[in-house]
Amino acid sequence: MNEDNYAISVRGLTKRFGSFTAVDHISFDVGRGEIFGFLGANGAGKTTAMRMLCGLSRPTAGAGTVAGCDINTQSEMIKRRIGYMSQKFSLYEGLTVTENLRLFATIYGMSDRAIREQSNRVFSLLDMDNMRDTLVKDIPVGWKQKLAFASATIHRPDIVFLDEPTGGVDPVTRRKFWELIYRVSSEGMTVFVTTHYLDEAEYCNRVSIMVDGRITALDTPEALKSEYHADTMDQVFRIVARQATRGE
Amino acid sequence: MTTPAIEINGLTKRYGSLTALDDISLSVNTGEMFGLIGPDGAGKSSLYRILATLMAPDSGSASVLGLDTVKDYRALRLRIGYMPERFSLYPDMTVMENLHFFASLFGVKIEDNYDLIAPFFGQLEKFPDRMAGKLSGGMKQKLALSCALIHRPDILLLDEPTTGVDAVSRSEFWDMLATLRQKEITILVSTSYMDEATRCGRIAMMDRGHILRVGTPDALAAGLGENLYNAVSADMFGLLSALRKLPEVSDCYTFGATLHVVGSDRFDSAEAERRLRREGIADARIYPAKGNIEDLFIKLAGNE
Amino acid sequence: MTIFQSLIKKEALHIVRDRRTMIITLVMPLVLLLLFGFAISMERNDVRVAVVVDRHTPQTREIVARMQADDYFSFTGIVSEREAEDMLRRGETDAILFLRSEDGRLTAHIDADASNPVVGQASSAYIQNLVSGNAKVPVLTSTMYNPQLKSAYNFVPGIMGMIFILICAIMTSVSIVSEKETGTMDLLLVSPVKPGVIIFGKLVPYFLLSCVLLCVMLILAYTVLGLPVSYTIVSVVVVSMLYVVLSLAIGLLVSTIVSNQVSALIVSAVLFMLPVIMLSGMIFPIDNMPAFFRWVSCVIPARWYIEAMRKLMIQQLEFRYILQEFFILLGMTVLLLVLSIKKFNTKHSAYEF
Repeated sequence: MNEDNYAISVRGLTKRFGSFTAVDHISFDVGRGEIFGFLGANGAGKTTAMRMLCGLSRPTAGAGTVAGCDINTQSEMIKRRIGYMSQKFSLYEGLTVTENLRLFATIYGMSDRAIREQSNRVFSLLDMDNMRDTLVKDIPVGWKQKLAFASATIHRPDIVFLDEPTGGVDPVTRRKFWELIYRVSSEGMTVFVTTHYLDEAEYCNRVSIMVDGRITALDTPEALKSEYHADTMDQVFRIVARQATRGE
Repeated sequence: MTTPAIEINGLTKRYGSLTALDDISLSVNTGEMFGLIGPDGAGKSSLYRILATLMAPDSGSASVLGLDTVKDYRALRLRIGYMPERFSLYPDMTVMENLHFFASLFGVKIEDNYDLIAPFFGQLEKFPDRMAGKLSGGMKQKLALSCALIHRPDILLLDEPTTGVDAVSRSEFWDMLATLRQKEITILVSTSYMDEATRCGRIAMMDRGHILRVGTPDALAAGLGENLYNAVSADMFGLLSALRKLPEVSDCYTFGATLHVVGSDRFDSAEAERRLRREGIADARIYPAKGNIEDLFIKLAGNE
Repeated sequence: MTIFQSLIKKEALHIVRDRRTMIITLVMPLVLLLLFGFAISMERNDVRVAVVVDRHTPQTREIVARMQADDYFSFTGIVSEREAEDMLRRGETDAILFLRSEDGRLTAHIDADASNPVVGQASSAYIQNLVSGNAKVPVLTSTMYNPQLKSAYNFVPGIMGMIFILICAIMTSVSIVSEKETGTMDLLLVSPVKPGVIIFGKLVPYFLLSCVLLCVMLILAYTVLGLPVSYTIVSVVVVSMLYVVLSLAIGLLVSTIVSNQVSALIVSAVLFMLPVIMLSGMIFPIDNMPAFFRWVSCVIPARWYIEAMRKLMIQQLEFRYILQEFFILLGMTVLLLVLSIKKFNTKHSAYEF
């Protein structure tokens, strides 16, 4: 197996907190340019697993690579090659749209020229040209979401991690956001996404479902639906997640 | 006709230049499970704060159980159970300490109303000394609901109880609410999950401070009045762009495993499939779809 | 259990279970008292003094002998005037005592290194004291109420003034605001409990906590720090309790203005801690301040409290000597309580965001 074909490849990834095993020997690969849905009930270990993949937390055991870097030894390099967007959007409300974007670009060490070029590209991509100088606190939530996504991808990372990017957002905006995900994925960026909206799981190339710290289901939405004799991913999720025994 | 449980007339609330509620009128019947469906920023929480007597409207009026939310707030507070959007219990107090505390605020004993919360509090009884902050999301919700119900309110105001909760716990929560309905408690519940609309008797769809539609979920979905089709292909993104270019397609958007196509009067699925094949999407299939609340929301929000 | 009791019980659980805050609350005052009492002593036990004598007489010899015998001084020798000035400049001595005889009359003149003004002042005062022990030398000043210029307990009033603001204002405001943040305050307000009851349910536990603290600090001051015990202790307790209530009212007021814990902390610290330290006379004497700051200090409750405490604890004066301070504090307390309860009670404005 050639690891270069994978954006993410982990084997036996484990995280223990004292006697509690939050993530229990998970192994999976995510191909380049893939949209990978990472599902699980609350407390199944999604966040912990994601933190390890982003280089924010060192695994207790296991090995793997993210964007070609070793997760045990090259966490700083990983951080430079990935983008991360959380549900909270993490934008500076008191800065303008442009200022926010420039700030994140500068953090990733982009040159002034690259920032200018990328900003122009991003603004036309997101159709945000007329909002450049608006304060972030004054723009609607849908635009904030897009801007947060742009900030997470301005440095053109190999992989972008999206942690519940569409929580509480209206159906129209949610759909526009997924079209954005499709677009960056078609340009070769790998998208690793968690969501509570199970219709969104259908949009992913492949989906994994975590239960009690383990990945108990991993396949394309179609394959999962036929495996579990279900019509929708929502049904699949319920069947799988109900296996949970972990005393919450 | 009995008096409505909630009667709202021309309610308006502004925060500076932002209008959170814009001339809202609504009536909820006694014993009804009424849903407020809308995304963040629709004004749901502002409406709840007014109904819960925490905030006065700028204009208009609201009465709950026949009591005005501003003038009769003292009498009203005894009769409503409110569960705010965030987890609002004391995390450093145990399960029983929380329940006892909220019971004592209303001067009631837990035993008096235990029958009401028994169906879901039963699971929490196994760990009475667990700190509320250490409970899982689903358990926290059960405790919060127990605390909101412990004084046997006549009306329950639940503000986004299922936000941030996984699909399994969400579904369990709606099952719990269904049991409460049998106890003749009026429930006003809000959600940003459109798929939860079907669990309510009637719903009001809200967006940006307005109520877009009120009715039963089925009636609303039936009244969509659109020529709706499913479209599938291996290359969904390609299919989406191609469909949007067709002149007879007035809208096209992702919908779970399929795309929903809103066709104009001249739309013909067989013809569209042929056109798509010419565009290079050979496996495109288009067949009629049944619309739901989400389709309606997209239609209504898109028209603004 | 009544509603009020269960509110108190709930608050007590919060306080007891938040170990870190609990420890800080109880340990910090002790550490501060001991630190100011002993470690950061403003007195000097070994002031080095060089003596310049233009003509030796029995009188001068007596002064020098007394100085050599005193623990407070380390006598660096009798030197020439030029040598002495060099020594002072190089920091080899802290003060120079010039003894000049003119027409058979001895005059004393002190040059003190005032780079540490407190030490400079204290040591020159003490030298004066020592010299004036000789009856024939004119007495220039005399220090009263604290004749040895001991500062071990001098700081007790100042520290108490600071601690109560810190504990009461910050802890109450943070605890109220944190309930606003988590949303539990909404649940309390939506219940039939009257807002006034909610407020007192918040204030009483912190008042009791402060009383415990007061006891601890007083015991420490009267034992370890050697503050003289007298009947004024009753007044000390009464005035301190008034000051505690005042601080609680400040905390309440802060909590009605800000909406999150961080700003509660910052507002309490900036608005109250800094002025207490800088302008209350705790460290810098009020009389030495520019007129503007003297005026500002009048609105700082700690100023009046500290002044009252100094009179009661150090000067051992009776209660009637602090009537002015007492009534100013009382007035401020009533004003702040009324203001903050009114603000909290304005049901339809206090809880909008």
